[in-house]
Amino acid sequence: MKRVYVNEEWCLGCHLCEYYCAFANSNEKDMAKALKNVIIHPRIQLEEGDNINFAVSCRHCDDPLCVKGCITGALSINDGVITADTNKCIGCYTCILCCPYGAISPGEHGVIQKCELCTTNIKGSPHCVVGCPNSAIVFEER
Amino acid sequence: MGINFLYPEYEVIRNMDKCINCRVCERQCANEVHTYDEERKIMCSDDALCVNCHRCVSLCPTRALKIVKSDHTFKENANWSNRAITEIYKQSESGGVLLSSMGNPKDYPVYFDKILINASQVTNPSIDPLREPMETKVFLGSKPKKIERDKDGNLINNLSAGIELAMPIMFSAMSYGSISYNAHESLARAAKEVGILYNTGEGGLHKDFYQYGSNTIVQVASGRFGVHKDYLEAGAAIEIKMGQGAKPGIGGHLPGAKIVGDISKTRMVPKGSDAISPAPHHDIYSIEDLRQLVYSLKEATDYKKPVIVKIAAVHNVAAIASGIARSGADIIAIDGFRGGTGAAPTRIRDNVGIPIELALASVDQRLRDEGIRDNVSIVIGGSIRNSGDIIKAVALGADAVYIGTAALIALGCHLCRSCHTGKCNWGIATQRPELVKRLNPNVGYKRLVNLVRAWNHEIKEMMGGMGINSIESLKGNRLMLRGVGLNEKELQILGIKHAGE
Ligand code: SF4
Ligand code: SF4
Ligand code: SF4
Ligand code: SF4
Repeated sequence: MKRVYVNEEWCLGCHLCEYYCAFANSNEKDMAKALKNVIIHPRIQLEEGDNINFAVSCRHCDDPLCVKGCITGALSINDGVITADTNKCIGCYTCILCCPYGAISPGEHGVIQKCELCTTNIKGSPHCVVGCPNSAIVFEER
Repeated sequence: MGINFLYPEYEVIRNMDKCINCRVCERQCANEVHTYDEERKIMCSDDALCVNCHRCVSLCPTRALKIVKSDHTFKENANWSNRAITEIYKQSESGGVLLSSMGNPKDYPVYFDKILINASQVTNPSIDPLREPMETKVFLGSKPKKIERDKDGNLINNLSAGIELAMPIMFSAMSYGSISYNAHESLARAAKEVGILYNTGEGGLHKDFYQYGSNTIVQVASGRFGVHKDYLEAGAAIEIKMGQGAKPGIGGHLPGAKIVGDISKTRMVPKGSDAISPAPHHDIYSIEDLRQLVYSLKEATDYKKPVIVKIAAVHNVAAIASGIARSGADIIAIDGFRGGTGAAPTRIRDNVGIPIELALASVDQRLRDEGIRDNVSIVIGGSIRNSGDIIKAVALGADAVYIGTAALIALGCHLCRSCHTGKCNWGIATQRPELVKRLNPNVGYKRLVNLVRAWNHEIKEMMGGMGINSIESLKGNRLMLRGVGLNEKELQILGIKHAGE
């Protein structure tokens, strides 16, 4: 399955992926309209260090601990993509504790949010990858 | 501190309706133009620091930014231009030589733009390169004077060492030090992929790049930095650099601050000490001396590598080239006054040398007149901007061209001409690791490959239009060119007719 992978060698720590992610998931057509005066909660997050940066998003694990841990069955695997049903999520954040990559975060209205490879927003394919200026994140089969 | 007489040359214009405060511009500008004002929750900029490199403009996700030339002006004066006045302010402040980078930006005639190319109509058929074979492969090196056969009539191979190129293009000399590791890797990989050569410049060859040796020209310059036996043997050809178009007559100076880590190792210069290339080669004061170096290098490499002698296009270029063609060199490289550089004194860059088109035409003519044109191939550089320039150069007599600035532009260079500050925002002319990283060679080499492949298509297309199916038949074929708006003298030097003739 194609996943989003990060090549930390080329990650510049520019944070653009975060903004492209927030834009994609706003389902707005204009980025300025979507993100002006908004504090973004992207589903990909940059880890920054002295000389190394890399962006982390859901790994879409083959054997996902978050899905196992979810007490309401809100998380499921759809064609390999781990998706969240926000109608079922009760905001217990068990999945947030379970995910070894810290890839799930609290979203709006008390429920969680996570990367669904842009399959559930208007972009249709990973928008963070499109926005990365240095090909540091790629969407590919490995 | 006194009064600062300088007003910023550019203004950073931010469309506040579009800016989403992502601070990408702030993180990406190594000149620290942009800052975020926490209190007012807006982005601010200090125009005075901007060099107009467009890094922030290209990365701003909402296209909120543009850089405009300031319309702030002095009282108009045709003699004392804004530039002339500001340069005096700068020098009276610093007391120093003005430094610049890249090629001569001044408004001298560009002869390529005053030359037009022919095409076939009715009486001689044009050729469709998509349907018929079209050859752009070139061989550089000295050509044998006659065909020799053994007693059974078989051809004797009397060719001396040469270079084979898939197309008449090479990447010109840019040293590791003046440009980054990633820029070098991009050039080397692209050269290998398309079957052409790149050039180490005078900075030596990084050990990681020996694997691209068959696509490398190793340079020997006046400082002899990084030159040793393995280095000479690593390349496909050796270039003796006598001069450079951007700064004819002077040497080079890589400040000690840039002689760090691998650069110090590659150049064989102690860390932190300045790498100074003298203006002349101290062992070359005549063509005879040059001949000695040419043959020393050939001897050292078993006569397996062709030797290129690179000179800047200066007033006596034809006579100098004639001497070089007799020195045993296989290839003459001529660099015009628009050639780029990582750092040059502004006055020299802007005032010394001659246009490459004139230099090329006169060298080719002189060597032909003297019957020694086949002794050498001619490679020219110094602002080849597109495939049209290449066609014109070949028709004027060049065997191939060197591209430097165009290659860097393909890699992202925006010609902000601030290479000498070492803070290239595009990761090209810098050694700062966080900036070098911005040039991902996996992306960079592909862009170079795309560029030269596209140019090669266009070359074939134009050759086909002229009814020519091999670049060899275009070489020196000045009948394929016509001048527009040139005077008799210029036409005579270029050896072409005026349009309509
Ligand atoms: S957009 Fe690319 S380079 Fe920038 S932080 Fe994200 S992964 Fe790194
Ligand atoms: S794939 Fe889409 S949802 Fe996932 S991190 Fe990238 S932009 Fe965000
Ligand atoms: S990159 Fe563009 S949107 Fe982001 S802070 Fe700068 S001007 Fe604003
Ligand atoms: S120097 Fe370059 S990155 Fe910095 S503000 Fe000017 S154009 Fe933008």
